[in-house]
Amino acid sequence: MNATLKVRVWRGDAAGAFREYEVPRRESQTVLDVVSHIQRALDPTLAYRFACRVGMCGSCAMTVNGAPRWTCRTHVDRVARGGRLEVAPLRNLPVIRDLVADMREFFDKWARAGGQFKGDRSRHDEFARVSPQSEKRGLADAGIECIGCAVCYSACDVVARNPDYLGPAALNRAWTLVNDERDAGNADRLRAVAGDAGCLSCHTHMSCTERCPKALSPTAGIAGLKRAVAVAALRGEL
Amino acid sequence: MSRGLALAHRLSGLALALFLPVHFWVLARALQLDAFLAWTEQPAVKFAEWGLVTLLALHLAGGVRVLMLEFLPWRDWAKGLAALAAGCALAAGLAFALAL
Amino acid sequence: MTRRTETLLWVAQRASAAVLAVCVLVHLATIIYAVQGGLTGAEILARTRGNIAWAALYSVFVLAVAVHAPIGLKAVLAEWFGWRGRARDLALIVFAVVLAGMGLQAVRGVFA
Repeated sequence: MNATLKVRVWRGDAAGAFREYEVPRRESQTVLDVVSHIQRALDPTLAYRFACRVGMCGSCAMTVNGAPRWTCRTHVDRVARGGRLEVAPLRNLPVIRDLVADMREFFDKWARAGGQFKGDRSRHDEFARVSPQSEKRGLADAGIECIGCAVCYSACDVVARNPDYLGPAALNRAWTLVNDERDAGNADRLRAVAGDAGCLSCHTHMSCTERCPKALSPTAGIAGLKRAVAVAALRGEL
Repeated sequence: MSRGLALAHRLSGLALALFLPVHFWVLARALQLDAFLAWTEQPAVKFAEWGLVTLLALHLAGGVRVLMLEFLPWRDWAKGLAALAAGCALAAGLAFALAL
Repeated sequence: MTRRTETLLWVAQRASAAVLAVCVLVHLATIIYAVQGGLTGAEILARTRGNIAWAALYSVFVLAVAVHAPIGLKAVLAEWFGWRGRARDLALIVFAVVLAGMGLQAVRGVFA
């Protein structure tokens, strides 16, 4: 292990540049530890985002040595090459400043993909009973642990080419709701995820599935949406 | 791996779409087939034929991968499909090269 | 193009792909079998002329290609060349008709 780490960090907005810092190497050091050290000890003007530090909140994702990662759970050991690290804001999103990406479009697309739960029961109705063993419950479970970190969105080639594409996270969310037996909004939801900017544009490059820090498979959810949308179109319901 | 195969899938599809009208045109004139077949004895044409057969195999393998990902229940093998598809395409290309 | 049309084209693309998967497999096997020891026109035509089953298979092959290739080109033209809209769709319909026409003529040339 080298005594120090050479870290190139993106500074400024889209027109910015990398600046290099030297950070002392420590045991079990994460990339977020490195960024925090720079901000606390070397340059207090560095802007970055984090909250929980334990892989729950999804706020600290950045591009580390060219690939999107959650920095709080990424050990330097695993990603540093020859004692060097390059940290940049997430790809496919506008840069606000330094390592902070503008997440508005990312979350707006969740709404555009029909990501809100739409129930049809009131507090006076019985509880819905969903068997934990049911197939639909299993399919929803497979995608439900998303923390909204935008790593998949940043890794997606289709988003890079077509900025209107809803992206893996929003479509994964829609798929979990399609499989929620209590939800009553599927007709609108399937309409929202069909078409050029929706699930049919997915090329199954599987970058989202390879990069997801929670080991989810948005590609699988998007494939499910493709089938659901196809059935709706054949029935004339789209 | 998946990205590379997807690109190869697209490029091979594009090449095949451009090649097909030529292919059909030659076959529709089946009576002059021998003159054409004599032409195909040239090494450069032989190599191009090998390329086309390999592209066809590649497009087939890439397409079967997409169909499996989209229509079969998701399993862990999904991540290894790209490598498998590339391997099958190369095997077909090799078989054709040996048969030539 | 409406979402429904777009989705139905996707269905047609996948359905034709499934048909083509079988056809291409047969086609590749035939090629690899037939090229051993070289090809002559007479030899090919002796095998194919009047063979109804093969003519039927290759007619299906041609029609599936005529559906499959233009829909694939639609995405390539949009994503790589930025060409969308009515003119592109018309051009692709013409391409589909030309492919089907030339392909069926080729089937006739080889099998009839």
